[in-house]
Amino acid sequence: MKTDLVFSGTKVLLALGGLLLILSFASISMGSLEIPMNETIKALFGEKDSRWYDIIWEFRLPRTLTCILAGIALASSGLMMQTLFRNPLAGPDVLGLSSGASLLVAILILGGNQGTNFLAQLSSSPWGIALAASLGSGLVFGLVILAAQKIRDNVSLLIIGLMIGAAASSLVMTLQFISKADDLQAFVIWTMGSVGGTGWGEINVLTLIIIAGIAITFGSLKSLNALLLGENYAQSLGVNVQRSRLFIVFSTCLMAGAVTAFCGPIAFVGLAVPHLVRIVLSTSNHKILLPAVMMGGASLILFCDILTQLAGRSQSLPLNAVTSLIGAPVVIWVVMKSRSSKI
Amino acid sequence: MEAEPDSKEKYLLKTQKLTLGYKNGEHSTILFEDLNLSLCRGELVCFMGPNGIGKSTLIRTLVGLQKPLAGKVSLSDKADVAVVLTDKVSSLSMSVYDLVAFGRYPYLDWRIQLREEDKNIINRAITLVHINHLENKKLYELSDGQMQMVMIARALAQETSILLLDEPTAHLDLNNRVEIMNILRRLSRTTNKAILIATHELDLALQTADLLWLATSDKTIHTGIPEDLVLDGSFDKIFQFKGFDLKTGKVDHETHRGISIQLQGEGFEVLWTKNALERSGYQIQSGASVSIELIHEDKALIWKLKKETLTASYYSIRELLNALSA
Repeated sequence: MKTDLVFSGTKVLLALGGLLLILSFASISMGSLEIPMNETIKALFGEKDSRWYDIIWEFRLPRTLTCILAGIALASSGLMMQTLFRNPLAGPDVLGLSSGASLLVAILILGGNQGTNFLAQLSSSPWGIALAASLGSGLVFGLVILAAQKIRDNVSLLIIGLMIGAAASSLVMTLQFISKADDLQAFVIWTMGSVGGTGWGEINVLTLIIIAGIAITFGSLKSLNALLLGENYAQSLGVNVQRSRLFIVFSTCLMAGAVTAFCGPIAFVGLAVPHLVRIVLSTSNHKILLPAVMMGGASLILFCDILTQLAGRSQSLPLNAVTSLIGAPVVIWVVMKSRSSKI
Repeated sequence: MEAEPDSKEKYLLKTQKLTLGYKNGEHSTILFEDLNLSLCRGELVCFMGPNGIGKSTLIRTLVGLQKPLAGKVSLSDKADVAVVLTDKVSSLSMSVYDLVAFGRYPYLDWRIQLREEDKNIINRAITLVHINHLENKKLYELSDGQMQMVMIARALAQETSILLLDEPTAHLDLNNRVEIMNILRRLSRTTNKAILIATHELDLALQTADLLWLATSDKTIHTGIPEDLVLDGSFDKIFQFKGFDLKTGKVDHETHRGISIQLQGEGFEVLWTKNALERSGYQIQSGASVSIELIHEDKALIWKLKKETLTASYYSIRELLNALSA
């Protein structure tokens, strides 16, 4: 808010923007097939006679866009949850949102082929999957918020989130156990976290949902900042706490759910990115944090995805293997550093 | 409680038959019942009562953070309220300026863009509580006293006509306590705000408040100016002092030595000498056979003791006490 702060904020935002551009281009250039750089650029700018055109437009670009969208959504969700719960260890995967989404998607995918016509239809549409996942996130978030109103203790809340997540996961496992092998394979691949399986149909749905989610988040900037002082102070500053909380929960579930629907549960990004950004920016003003976190999240997933492709040329590593490798140290660092919760 | 006849127009906040407490399912705990209170412009009110009687709950109810069980709180035209609560701020990585800027939030839209006017108000609030030197510090760098000043500045930046503070001096040292009370005292005069401070610090409240609200054990609030409440014994009833005489402002001492001393001299030195003698168990009485006289001699202070045939001079109260007990 102070001029020098905004300035350093702008600098960091510009730097993050640059990083995001570079990583995006790197991501598009990477793959099992080597494509010359000038050919890549030509194809990107729509030269249809390039023989790389289809590879770039049907495989590489969707993958890159999915990474960016997933990063934006997960990191923003993580930031909002950390502020809402005033808990530095909150995140869509930690508090069980991803597990909730998985459960409903599992019911849809695994139950779709044996179930009614309606379910089968729903499971074949990207909107259906997104809807189920958001609903699953919403159910878990609802339970966690109910618990949070009874329990003010940060750690207890995390444990409750973990337990709800564990319960949802065990239900998913039970479903896997009783389902057919074909359906199962599709579902297991989904749970590993992948950004390579999305086509333009899914990307369109994902984009629309994330635009809506981010719009709501930007609309909640003021309440997010005010909530840093606690609910009593926020209310005394004229913020309608109940309504803002509803908006924050809604956009979080929408975004985290949609990403989980199309990419599977991606771990740690939502938790780690806000902390990494705070280290660089040293501010808690969401007006600066939010755009930074969006770009940081997108960059992190792009980076992790590039790593997964570097590791093995013919078959890429599961994304979760890499995000956890980066995310886990961040969590340990946060716990060691902040005995009192610094959000 | 009777309302003064001329206070009807001046009031900013008024409660009518206000009953408050907690509702837990069907069971409700009533903390205060049928309160008819008012806060007026330019008036500093200290709200006193033993811990746990419900001071914070009343403040929260007055601000509207908690619904009353019955009755209502009404604000006069254009009156608005800012609060300093006991809630801890968990986000300590923001700067002092950023925290004070929260005071402008009620006046900003979703883009939270501070206008020139807002910045002036923020700077004024920072200057009013003398924390200009802290402006760019992070909250985790502040002491408890400084943090409290910052919270007060934030409330001031809200530019409300009413300011409610819940235990603003708790856990602070004497110096910080006095400074905060002085600042609030001055603010009520210069800005013409109505200020209500919940506190259990008797000494400071007695010396700064225009009006006291005393929470009594029968769930009502007794109001009056400090001196009246001291003299009519209201304090003794409510606080049930053990070994403290509020009318003289002294702790009761047993005169266990059974020796009376006559004390002569002038100035505050005499008061402190008396204090020391009484604490040590002597009784001060004029016409007693033992006498002490305070004399100023060449900037030095001398205690002259006359005891039976002995006459001696001492240069500190400690020496004097040692001689007396020998």
